[in-house]
Amino acid sequence: MKKTPVYSTHVELRARMIDFGGWMMPVQYSGILEEHNKVRESAGLFDVSHMGEILLQGQDALGFADYLVTNDLCEMKYGDVVYSPMCYENGGCVDDILVYCMGDEKIMLVVNASNIEKDFDWIDSNTNGFNVTVNNVSDSFSQLAVQGPKAQQVLQRLTSTELDEIGFFKFRENVLIDNTSALVSRTGYTGEDGFEIYIEATAGEKLFRLILDEGGSDILPCGLGARDTLRMESCLPLYGHELTPDITPVQAGLGYFIKLTDKPFIGKAAIKREMQEKPRKRVAGFEMMDRGIARNGYKVYDRDKKEIGFVTSGSFCPTLSKNMGLALIDAGHAGSGNTIFIEVRKNLIEANTVKKPFYKKKYKK
Amino acid sequence: MANAERRYSKDHEWVRVEGNEAYIGITEFAQDQLGDIVYVELPEVSSSVEKDEVVCAVESVKTAADIISPVSGTVIAINEELADQPEMINEDPYSAWIMQIELSDPTELGELMNAAEYATYCENEE
Repeated sequence: MKKTPVYSTHVELRARMIDFGGWMMPVQYSGILEEHNKVRESAGLFDVSHMGEILLQGQDALGFADYLVTNDLCEMKYGDVVYSPMCYENGGCVDDILVYCMGDEKIMLVVNASNIEKDFDWIDSNTNGFNVTVNNVSDSFSQLAVQGPKAQQVLQRLTSTELDEIGFFKFRENVLIDNTSALVSRTGYTGEDGFEIYIEATAGEKLFRLILDEGGSDILPCGLGARDTLRMESCLPLYGHELTPDITPVQAGLGYFIKLTDKPFIGKAAIKREMQEKPRKRVAGFEMMDRGIARNGYKVYDRDKKEIGFVTSGSFCPTLSKNMGLALIDAGHAGSGNTIFIEVRKNLIEANTVKKPFYKKKYKK
Repeated sequence: MANAERRYSKDHEWVRVEGNEAYIGITEFAQDQLGDIVYVELPEVSSSVEKDEVVCAVESVKTAADIISPVSGTVIAINEELADQPEMINEDPYSAWIMQIELSDPTELGELMNAAEYATYCENEE
């Protein structure tokens, strides 16, 4: 089992540790509800060092990245971050990633922890015709996320860099925090304002403790449990759930991140066809109308008890105090305002399809 | 704290016997493992249950846990307060009983653990 550089601090803080894709990760410290609410109301600190970083270097680094992903990167400048699905030829999803433009010939891809090796192999096997080298540098970095309306205020106490100057989906390098140089981006996975900090691996644990100390009562350490409820309320997809090799970004409702411009990209033909013909299945948001919580994998039926799909994510939503979820279902049922039924322990529980996201906050963009 | 009068199952339920009836809930260990409990699916009153049968469920934010009956019998009461206040199980798991069962075979109680045996069992689970 792999451990992040912050592992011993998690244990000391009495976090409950679980196996997450081969990593020993904290699922909660004080409790998922308390941690979730702290991020919505103040600030939370997450160790996300399990995430992977893959460096593309060379003359064609940006062009190669553009060829790998569905989003359009041609306008990217130094300091920009772009989110995008990365697909197979058939439109199925390899991963969803963040692309950091670190220069004309240097691109960093941030990938999901459980996909690091798969992504590296996929990327490395597609370099034909591009002047680019691919390196998995995941072990070189600790990654911490400070999220919530007070994230900037807490982090600003630790650096002289004006964080207010870092816009939404922008980053700065060489941000000095406690005399260590970090890359800081205004990005996250919670639906709140906040930052993700990339720092040399060995500095991660000290920084984690420093942010907690400086944050005092404004911040709590948060685990993967709260990360999941926070991202679900905001309807941010989770790879392995809303995106898989069998679920295309079109079906997942990520059309905004697909650009069918002149640029070629892997999977373009299949995705273009699916967008023109309209997808047969779509990821819909739903709210339970009767008691019961839908969980990943539960079957979904229509009024005639015909099976129409399955739940990809489901939970109690702490901020909304509702049981909600996401399900991949026949497109005809996926619009909002439809009645569907979810099989919870042999009982069919009524649910209504609703608009995504469930929770949306206005913050600096 | 685990109490000497209660008996415990390997599935982390507790049983408190009063005459021929038993109150059943989940243990401190179980609520701690589950975390914030947000929903309790209660069984139907007057339904009959078999030992080791799934009768209802307790759900935390993160996961759903089956409640497996440690005894056989008939459900004669359910704790309806849990429908609106599932967090009572986190706050005081040994007061927040889930169901009351009229025992059909009291000899089954002999298969359950006492407090000391259960404490050892939990140590090995962690």
